[in-house]
Amino acid sequence: MTIPAAVLEPEASPQATAEERWRALKTVSPGDVVYRTVLTVFALLLPLVLVTIALELGVNAWPAVAKFGFGFLTHSTWDPVRGEFGALPLIFGTLYSSLVALVIAVPLALGCAIFLTEFAPRWIRTPAATLIELLAAVPSVIYGLWGIFVLIPLLRDHFWPVARHALSWLPIFGGVFYGPSVLAGGVILSIMVLPYIAAVSREVLLAVPPSQREAGLALGATRWETVWTVILPYGRAGIIGAVILGLGRALGETMAVTMVIGNRHEVSASLLQPGYTIAAAIANEFSEAVSDIHLSALFFVGAVLFLITIAVNALARVLVWRVARGSAIGSTAI
Amino acid sequence: MMHGRIARRLVGSTMTGVTYGAAALAILPLAAILGMLLLKGAGSINWDFFVKSAVPVGEPGGGFANAIVGTLIIVGLACTVGVPIGVATGIFLAEFGGGRFGFTIRFVADVLNGVPSIVIGIFAWTWLVKPMGHFSALAGGCALAVILVPILARTTEEMVRLVPNSLREAGLALGYPRWRTSLLIVARTAGAGIVTGCLVAVARVAGETAPLLFTALGNQFFSTRLQAPMAALPLQVYNYAVGPYDEWHRQAWAGALVLIVLVLALSLIARAVVRAKRQHA
Repeated sequence: MTIPAAVLEPEASPQATAEERWRALKTVSPGDVVYRTVLTVFALLLPLVLVTIALELGVNAWPAVAKFGFGFLTHSTWDPVRGEFGALPLIFGTLYSSLVALVIAVPLALGCAIFLTEFAPRWIRTPAATLIELLAAVPSVIYGLWGIFVLIPLLRDHFWPVARHALSWLPIFGGVFYGPSVLAGGVILSIMVLPYIAAVSREVLLAVPPSQREAGLALGATRWETVWTVILPYGRAGIIGAVILGLGRALGETMAVTMVIGNRHEVSASLLQPGYTIAAAIANEFSEAVSDIHLSALFFVGAVLFLITIAVNALARVLVWRVARGSAIGSTAI
Repeated sequence: MMHGRIARRLVGSTMTGVTYGAAALAILPLAAILGMLLLKGAGSINWDFFVKSAVPVGEPGGGFANAIVGTLIIVGLACTVGVPIGVATGIFLAEFGGGRFGFTIRFVADVLNGVPSIVIGIFAWTWLVKPMGHFSALAGGCALAVILVPILARTTEEMVRLVPNSLREAGLALGYPRWRTSLLIVARTAGAGIVTGCLVAVARVAGETAPLLFTALGNQFFSTRLQAPMAALPLQVYNYAVGPYDEWHRQAWAGALVLIVLVLALSLIARAVVRAKRQHA
């Protein structure tokens, strides 16, 4: 390495008096100021983009907000031709499909996280974790393709004929099952959010101090009892954060859900019936909006989705950070 | 007393087995999806698939050349716009991000990372497509850049943080000002890691469909004009998958196979580099 120019500068040389050297140390290099300013400007772009997204959504949604008010959120008519819009089916469908996804994914993801941190033989941990995280790398559209041509036929031709006798008395399994449905959407979503929940929970469990584990075992608990009574309670906030992070993903997921959920503006408690989500409605109708108010209504639901996901993500981050303050837990779970 | 102990052991081993089962069940879809892609897609992949563009319905043949080139161009645009911002933000977070401001930026990056990609799509539409009056590859690239920046910022931050402080101190002790230390020593040492972060982010955005729906739009023809609508691999897979023709479905599987090979290869390379880096640090 060449000797930096600064070393050869007179004020830093040993011949300089103590006072001169002290002054040289105190002065901030103008390069530093420029460097820091430039980086700060780049960093400021992120909040700027976030605020701009919020403003744009607000401005474009305003005509619909002014016309429909809060009734927009509780009505279920969606008639672009007559210009009447109510987003209840979209909001309901978004929440319902995400709930189904969480019901399926959370126990599995927690099981995976516990397996990967506590029970699995050492040599299997890293490869297994990589495989589960690769699930998160699979593009949404491929899940959709697989959902249309593999999952839906599987549910319709193999799962439902068998499960019908046991389940059809339940109101959530009412009606005739054609395939594209909230159930299919929920199952696809559960596969998609599982790796996020598993990866973040795993990092949370890894952050639990070994002394906690040792204390549990020293008191005579079995390994499972240590997990259940010591480790999980210790990481509870972080695990809840992981689940909420998964919820955020599920709420905003677009392509795979659009392809399998059936896309019908209807509120139905039955999982077997088609539904609709906010993201799917935007994907399907945005470029074919028939009027300005239709477009504005789509911006309105978009803004609702934006606010929900912002709130959900902020909450999740706060919870995860409580376990490991400021660390990048979760952001490496690509 | 003996009874209790046996019962506890039994619960313990049962639950251990349950977690094994959960892990197996979680990996099952990955295997099923990859298997299906190979089964249905591999047969349709040939030379024509890579060099010919989409053809009108009814004509035999045709390929995904327009979509593959489109994806490369759009992702390239996204990198041109997003990489400088993401890397600079990441270095800022690692070097100066200790205070309240850094905390806020980090929080915003994480929240931005969670904004649904479809919302970013309509944002790009209002900002670029509406004022310009037409759909364009440029708008698609910018939409993907918005998704890329927060991911890249966080991975870059992590990589720069891995650089040992002794290297920073060595630079400063030699009389380098902070900025030269940061750029010439710290960032250069973290260079491989930062490149890896780019790979991770590219793998993520290359498979995005939703933000391109109202920006790049898709194109049946081969086009390299940034001002015009452009095809992209995930978009074309989507359009072909929801279309009514068997021929389209066949090609959709092949396109999906190419897409997943691209994405998984990028992810796996990135992972291997990160792992090597972490072990050195």
